[in-house]
Amino acid sequence: MKIIILGAGQVGSSVAANLASEANDITVIDTDAERLRSLQDRLDIRTIQGKASHPAVLERAGAEDADMILAVTNSDETNMVACQVAYTIFHTPTKIARVRAGAYLDYQQLFAQDALPVDVLISPEQVVTDYIKRIIETPGALQVLDFANGKVQLVAVRAIAGGSLIGEKLKELRIHMPGVDTRVAAIFRRGQPIIPTGDTTIEVDDEVFFIAAKEYIRAVMSELREVDKPNKRIIIAGGGNIGRSLAKSLENSHSVKIIDHNTKRARATSEELMNTIVLLGDASDEELLLDENIENTDVYCALTNDDEANILSALLAKKLGARKVMSLINRSSYVDLVESGDIDIAISPQQATIGSLLTHVRRGDVVAVHSLRRGAAEAIEAVAHGDHSSSKVVGRAVEELELPPGTTIGAIVRGDEVLIAHHDTVIESDDHVILFLIEKKYIPQVERLFQVGITFI
Amino acid sequence: MQLQAIFKIIGLLLMLFSTTMLTPVIVDLIYQEADSLPFLMGFAVTFFSGLLLWLPVRRHRKELRLRDGFLVVVLFWTVLGLAGAIPLMFTLQPHMSFTDAAFESISGLTTTGATVLTGLDDMPHAILFYRQQLQWLGGMGIIVLAVALLPMLGIGGMSLYRAETPGPMKDSKLTPRLTGTAKALWYIYLSLTIACALAYWLGGMEVFDAISHSFATVSIGGFSPHDASMGYFDSPLLEMIAVVFMLLAGVNFALHFVAWRNFDLRIYLHDSEFRTYAVILTILSVITVIYLYTSDTFILPENALHNGIFQAVSIGTTTGFTTAEYHIWPGFLPVLLLFASFIGGCAGSTGGGMKVVRFLLLLNQGRREIFRLIHPNAVIPIRMGEKIISPGVIESVWGFFAAYVAVFVVMMLIIMMTGLDQISAFSAVAASLNNLGPGLGQVGSNYADITDTAKWVLSFGMIMGRLEIFTLLVILTPAFWQR
Repeated sequence: MKIIILGAGQVGSSVAANLASEANDITVIDTDAERLRSLQDRLDIRTIQGKASHPAVLERAGAEDADMILAVTNSDETNMVACQVAYTIFHTPTKIARVRAGAYLDYQQLFAQDALPVDVLISPEQVVTDYIKRIIETPGALQVLDFANGKVQLVAVRAIAGGSLIGEKLKELRIHMPGVDTRVAAIFRRGQPIIPTGDTTIEVDDEVFFIAAKEYIRAVMSELREVDKPNKRIIIAGGGNIGRSLAKSLENSHSVKIIDHNTKRARATSEELMNTIVLLGDASDEELLLDENIENTDVYCALTNDDEANILSALLAKKLGARKVMSLINRSSYVDLVESGDIDIAISPQQATIGSLLTHVRRGDVVAVHSLRRGAAEAIEAVAHGDHSSSKVVGRAVEELELPPGTTIGAIVRGDEVLIAHHDTVIESDDHVILFLIEKKYIPQVERLFQVGITFI
Repeated sequence: MQLQAIFKIIGLLLMLFSTTMLTPVIVDLIYQEADSLPFLMGFAVTFFSGLLLWLPVRRHRKELRLRDGFLVVVLFWTVLGLAGAIPLMFTLQPHMSFTDAAFESISGLTTTGATVLTGLDDMPHAILFYRQQLQWLGGMGIIVLAVALLPMLGIGGMSLYRAETPGPMKDSKLTPRLTGTAKALWYIYLSLTIACALAYWLGGMEVFDAISHSFATVSIGGFSPHDASMGYFDSPLLEMIAVVFMLLAGVNFALHFVAWRNFDLRIYLHDSEFRTYAVILTILSVITVIYLYTSDTFILPENALHNGIFQAVSIGTTTGFTTAEYHIWPGFLPVLLLFASFIGGCAGSTGGGMKVVRFLLLLNQGRREIFRLIHPNAVIPIRMGEKIISPGVIESVWGFFAAYVAVFVVMMLIIMMTGLDQISAFSAVAASLNNLGPGLGQVGSNYADITDTAKWVLSFGMIMGRLEIFTLLVILTPAFWQR
């Protein structure tokens, strides 16, 4: 696929890195030559220096035959105009733009085909915010991913002593919970993936990925660990975009405090948030944390732009007694470093957002993609189309499918109904199939599986 | 100082004001009481003094400056207040001294409602009507003053709105032009008055009483053509009608305007000042009713109910109508109600007091200080509803509060010096500064018995309260007069 990425900022470059490894032709446009050079040194991509919305620059980047442009410069206006240019002059099929300002987003008719032709609007901050929010709302989870508009969730959880399923075989699950249907999609033991079968036993410290309808998530989790109390008291460090929008979405149901050391930003945050306590100070100030009852805090989220500051303040909060600490970490090498230690959850914004982009890069009718374990594994929600003859999946039972190794079908959503996949479940046309891939290299095979025969296209 | 321009305006105002002395003449013709002479004389004197001021400077073309605005506003109330006293001085029945006439006139124009007269029921209709009309005109002046003029000088509760209010009042002025705004507000004022008069009439008042009382209700004045005030009618229905219209008149007229233009009653509920206003008066009514009943002031619960609600709203909005002799109710209640009158009506209404917005902001500020002790690092903006109020505005509100208290204390001491006891002095100053009207103790039913000095001090207090203190204080500073 030929993809042009506008803007070599955090999102742009991490998307470039992710997609370049999948044999896509990537061109990155940015005004900053320095940044482009360092990017080109690391990745097998082409870079163009220039203003991303100028037609001549786009032309040089090969917009004529690009399959997709991805406008993620830090200016909403540049992104929107670039999509307009790509549409009018180059007829680019897929145009994705990042638009942050609510002032534009409130008027969705702006983005119609005859207005500002943007096919997909993405808002990375919003994606990360939702990601963190889901984790906070599911106490005990390391990761919570939505499929089929939230009807089905894939949850990662660490098994700890006290859960009634520890040491038991997976097939016992049904006996433990007769009314609850779930499927364990994968188990990571000491970082190594295990493909679960009915005879696999769950050990302490395993990272278990399971799929279930949303209402059963809590029941399943209680089998793997003692039930965590709901998270009520939350402290957020950093009043940036993410911290602020997270506080906003939680403040009416939780008690939220937000710490920022920038006087101006603290003031702006306090003016925007009605029910959040905004504290001016350093998140790594022990006194401040103690004054604000850190020991009774359920979740501490370090969400500043600074990886090191996030890690340190999260460690401090943990030491002072916060029940669970999260840290936003941009640099992927830190993520591994940290998750084995005291920090409960490391949030990589790239990983959280890349999925929403991959959805459009994947071939076949793919509705949602979630990148897991630093991009090594992937969960995909694909729609099956066609009939028994044109499709490789429709009309076949799960056990008949030629799934690549390490791939499991977790659940099928048919209309409003959630079916947990068993070996004899037959897939019908328009089913949403949720697959879990332990290894990313098999993605093309899965894509092929869900592509409809040539005649259908 | 553009003295000529100021003379021109005051001259015009006087001539305009003199024509309003002709309506009592018409009233007199209807009732055939042969009492129109004082008003014709008043008209002549006022008109010609206005003409005298205006003629020499009528060709003056210079624009007024901001600083002149203060003087014009102050002169507006003082000069008209004194001019309004002229017909009262000329009447034979009642016979009034200059001091009494001025007190009565200023009390009317500032919509205070404190009176020195007794035996109202036997007086000629023309005089009674004239007093009511003074209040009505005063209320009209206040609306324009508060919504349109004072904000231009940077004074007053409405300037808070201009700078800060979200939502419906986003546009700093209601209509693009000042005259348009004034006109729109007068229409609302007029419609409220007509509706009020109709309601009173349908509720059982005679035409004269209905019109007179509607004037005093919508202007939050409190004059009545009867000694017993609203108690004369002894009708719970009329009391409740009065309650409704006092409540309406105590609301920001700009809010009425927006709600009226958008045909949307929810606009009231979105306004935090209105909500606070409603809550305060509700709590006040509940306490009053319960206390009246439990203290056996009224034996029947329904009497406690309507008397309690009526009196709480009447005093709380600073109207000052009375049904029962509230000043002899058990000790706690009159003082509670008097304190409530310090809060008064909403900014931009005809009500007096310190205004609900300021009270709300002080309350929020106090709440923030307490919160700050618990969370020393917290950054907490002061809000009104959802909107942030800038520290400058909060400071000005504190300044206002301090000035209000200081003025109150000084005046109360002066009044005590003239020989009044503490309760009477306290209530008299509160009643005049808050533009309330009736006080307690010696001034419970009228102000006839106090000394002339006290009357002048109280008159000054009424104008002070009406002009939101600072307008008058500005005039009194030497810096204002320096060139």
